[in-house]
Amino acid sequence: MADIKVAAYICKGCGLGERLDTDALVKVAQKDGKVPLAKSHDFLCNAEGVAMIRNDIANEGVTHIMIGACSRRAKTEAFYFPENAVARANLREGVIWIRPDTDEARETTQEMAEDYIRMGCAEVKAMTAPGGNPVTGSSKTLLVVGGGVTGMTTAIEASKTGYPVVLVEKTGALGGWASKLYKRVPVHEPYKSPADTGVGELVSQVLGDSNIKVYLNATIAKTDGAPGRFIVDIATESGATHTEDIGAIVQASGFTLYDMNKLPELGGGKSPNVVDQAGLEALAIAAAAGDGVIRRPSDGQPVKSVVFVQCAGQRDPTGTHLAYCSGYCCNTSIKQAMYFKDANPAVDTTIIYTDLRTPGNGEDFYRSAQEKGVNFTKGKVVEVVPNGATSTVKFHDLILGDTSAAMADVDLVVLATGQVPNSGVNIEVPAAPAEAGTVEVKPISILNLTYRQGPDVPQLKQGFTDSHFICFPYETRRTGIYTAGPVRRPMDIAQAREDATGAALKAIQALENAELGRAAHPRSGDLSFPKVRLEGCTQCKRCTVECPFGAIDEDEKRFPVVNESRCRRCGTCMGACPVRVISFENYSINTVGAQIKAVDIPDEFAEKPRILILACENDAYPALDMAGMNRIEYSAYVRTIPIRCLGSLNTIWITDALNAGYDGVMLMGCKSGDEYQCHFVKGSELGRTRLSKIDDTLKTLNLESERVRDLEVAITDIKRLPEMINKYAAELVAVGPSPFKGF
Amino acid sequence: MSANTAVAEKYRNNFLKEIEEQVEMGDWVKMCMQCGVCSGSCPTNFQSAWEHPPQELFMMIRAGKREEVLTSSSMWNCTSCYNCIVRCPRKLPITHIMHGIAEYAHRLGMAPKMQPTRFFSGLFWKNCTNTGRVNELKLSMGLYFKDGFVQGIKNGMAMQAVALGLVKAKRLNVMELFSGHKCKDQKGIQAMLKKAYEIERSRKAAKMAG
Repeated sequence: MADIKVAAYICKGCGLGERLDTDALVKVAQKDGKVPLAKSHDFLCNAEGVAMIRNDIANEGVTHIMIGACSRRAKTEAFYFPENAVARANLREGVIWIRPDTDEARETTQEMAEDYIRMGCAEVKAMTAPGGNPVTGSSKTLLVVGGGVTGMTTAIEASKTGYPVVLVEKTGALGGWASKLYKRVPVHEPYKSPADTGVGELVSQVLGDSNIKVYLNATIAKTDGAPGRFIVDIATESGATHTEDIGAIVQASGFTLYDMNKLPELGGGKSPNVVDQAGLEALAIAAAAGDGVIRRPSDGQPVKSVVFVQCAGQRDPTGTHLAYCSGYCCNTSIKQAMYFKDANPAVDTTIIYTDLRTPGNGEDFYRSAQEKGVNFTKGKVVEVVPNGATSTVKFHDLILGDTSAAMADVDLVVLATGQVPNSGVNIEVPAAPAEAGTVEVKPISILNLTYRQGPDVPQLKQGFTDSHFICFPYETRRTGIYTAGPVRRPMDIAQAREDATGAALKAIQALENAELGRAAHPRSGDLSFPKVRLEGCTQCKRCTVECPFGAIDEDEKRFPVVNESRCRRCGTCMGACPVRVISFENYSINTVGAQIKAVDIPDEFAEKPRILILACENDAYPALDMAGMNRIEYSAYVRTIPIRCLGSLNTIWITDALNAGYDGVMLMGCKSGDEYQCHFVKGSELGRTRLSKIDDTLKTLNLESERVRDLEVAITDIKRLPEMINKYAAELVAVGPSPFKGF
Repeated sequence: MSANTAVAEKYRNNFLKEIEEQVEMGDWVKMCMQCGVCSGSCPTNFQSAWEHPPQELFMMIRAGKREEVLTSSSMWNCTSCYNCIVRCPRKLPITHIMHGIAEYAHRLGMAPKMQPTRFFSGLFWKNCTNTGRVNELKLSMGLYFKDGFVQGIKNGMAMQAVALGLVKAKRLNVMELFSGHKCKDQKGIQAMLKKAYEIERSRKAAKMAG
C-alpha cells in the first residue's frame, strides 16, 4: 500500500454537537482510529466545511477521508471526493436520532458514536479509491432481436436518440404478429371500433432510417463479450455470417400463441371451424380481400353465428395449460366480434367469458361492443363438439347456475388461447434426455451467449424472461441485455410499444456506462469492480456458478474471468469465495472485517451487549435511516454495517464477530424466491443458502443458534425494524452474554 | 293465435331482440355487464319473492329463456326506489326496465295472475278510473278479499282495531262503501281515458305487428 494519509472529520451540526461529546470523538479518532489528522467542524457539509476537506486533500496530502456526520445516504453531493477513499460514520440517523435525549442515555449514545468513529477509521484504511473498470468497449450500436412491433419501436426510438441500430429478424419480413392482424384494438378516442394496425407505417419508418441496419431471415449465431463490447455473429439464410460490434442488446423475441391442438375438448384441431385468434385474423384478412364476408373454413359458407371462448387453455389451476391470464385476449375477442357486427349486424356473436378484463379505455371498447349487439355471456366453456359444418358449445352458465347450457349450430368457434413467450432455452433446467418414442422439441436459443451460465437470458416464471418487476422492469440478469414486449410478460401492442421505448433508453444507459467503466443499475455509476487475486484461487468455481448476472466466465484452466462490464457490483462472488480472494477497491472482506474488529466490546460484567447488524444497503439500511428520521428509538447496543447485498455476506464476518465477543448478529436482507425484492435478484437467496450452514459454525464455537438472526426486510419496514431489533436485544439478554468476551 | 304465440313465432330464437323492440327501455338489457350492483343495492334484498335479481333477469333474456322470464314474479317486486338506477355503473334504467318487462308480460297474458303487486295495480286502476277518485275503503277491502271470501273475513278481522281507530279519528267513512265521492266531470274522465287507451293500443299493436 502506497502512502496513505487518513483524515477524520467530525461534524457538530444537526444537533450532533449538543448530543455528543465531539472533542472526545476527535480523540477517539486519533487514539483508537490512529488517524494523523482529526478535526471537528460546526457545519461540515456547508461550503466552508467542504473547503476545509478539499484544502487538506490539496495541501496536507490527505488520501483517505473518514466523515463522522450523517448517513452515507445523505449529503452525497457535498461529500463527493472521487479521487479519494471515503468512509462515513453514521452519527446522525444511526445514533442521535434513534436515541432518547436524556441524561441516562447519554453514556450509551456516546459509546455508540465512538464505536462508529472507530469503525469508520478502520474501514477507510482498508479501502482504496475506485478507479473504474479498465476493460471497456465503446460500441454505441444497439442490437434489437426481433422485428415485430416491439423490436421496430425499440429501433426507431433508439435511432431517434441518435444511436445506430442493428435489427435482426428471423422471418423474411418485418412486422411480426401485428402484421398478421386485420385491425387492432383502438388506442385513440372514441375507442369504439377496431383501428388500422399501423404496422406498415412502422415498417417503412424502419426501412427508411439509414441509422437502422436490418437483417431479415437472420438469427443470432453467437453473442460474445460484454456491454460496450459485444461481438455478435448474425447468421443469414444464405449461410453467410456477419459480425457486428454491439454496445447493448434488446431482446424483443415476442410470443407464440398457445397451441390450440392441446385443447381437443374445446375442439382445437378437431374441426376447421374451430380456430384460434390468429386463425380468425387470417379469415378476416381473406374476407377483406374479397366481398367482406367472413366464411366458414370448412365449406366457405358465410358465418351466421360465432362463439368466442375466452381463457381457452389459460388461467388453468390444474397445471395442464397456462396458469396465467394473457391480458389482451378479452379486447381482442371484442375486436374480432366487431369484425362480424360491423359488416353485418345480423350475425350472432357471443363471447363466453369468466371475467371480462378490459382495463383502461378497453372499457369503452367493451361498451361499444355491447351497443353493437355483441352478446356477452358469463360462463365457463366445458366442451366444443364439432358436428359436420357446425359445432355445439357446451358451457356452465355462471350467472344462471346452469351447468348444462349449450349453444347449438354455431358456424365458427374462436379460442382465445393466450401468449407463450419466445424466451429461448431455459438455462436453469438441465436438458432432459428424450424419452423413447417421443419427439424431442428442443427450444432454440435466441441469443446464443457464450456465457458460462448458458446461452440465453434466465427465466423467472412461466417461461417469461426475468425482469425486476418491482424496481427495474426491463432489466434481465444479463447486464446490457434488456427484454421488452411479450417475451417479458403478456401484453398488447400499446403496452409493447411503451415497453420498447423504455428498454431502448435503458440499453442506451447501459452502453454509455459501460464505456466509462461504470456499473449499470442498481449501483449505477459505481467505479469499483471485483478483483480476483488469482494466485490464491482454488478454482472451486463458486463465483462463476453463483454470479447472478453471469459476469464471470472460466478460462481453460478454470480460473475465473471477470467480465467487468457485465458485473453489477453486488459482491455475491466476494461472499461466495471460500478463500476470500475476491474484493472491490472500496468494499472487501477487510473493509467490513476491520469494522467488526474495531468495535469496543465491553466485558461481560458491564451488562452492555453488542449486536452486529449487517444490513442490505438497498432496503434495510434506508429503512433504518428512515426509522432515524422518524425518531423511532432502538437499542444502543447495535452496531450497523451496510453491505452491498446479503449475497456479498461472507460467513467469515459472522465467525469473526462471534469470536470477538459480540452477543448476537442480525442479518437484514431482502425477500428472496419467486417474489423476490432483492436488487440483485438472486443475491439475498444465495446469501441465505450460505447462511443455512451457519448452525454448524455456531456448533463448533459451542454457541446458541439464537446468536445469529436472519431477517427478511423491506424498505417499508420503518416501524417494524426497530421493534425487531429491540425484541432481539431482549432475547439476547435471556440467552446471556457471549462466552467469548474478553479474549 | 294468441298475442303471445304470435310474437313468440315472430322472434323465434331471439328473445333479446323481442325485449329490445317490445319492452319500454328494453334496448338497455344488452348493456348490462353483470356486476350485480343492482342486486346489492336493492332494499327488498331478495326476500323469498325475488326469484331472479335484475342482472340475472337480463342474463336470462340474453340466454333466450323467454317462458321463465315472462312468467316470473321477480320484476313485479320492484318498489321503484331507484337505488339501482343511481348506482348502476353502466347507467341502465333498471327500475324502468323492470316495469317494462312486467307490463309486457301482463300484455301477453303471461304474468302470474294472483301476484300481489299485479293484482293490486289492476285493482287500483279500476278503482280510481271508475269515479275519477280513489275509494280507499273499497280498495283495501278488494285487497282483503283477493284470496277468497274466508280469507277476506280473516284479513278484515285482523285489521279490525285499525279500522275502528280510523273511523273514530274520522279518517275512514263507512258510507264510502255505498257510493263514495266522485270527480265532477265523470263523463269527461271516461272519454279522456278511452282516448288514451285507444292511442296506447294502436301504438302497441303496431309494435307487435312490427
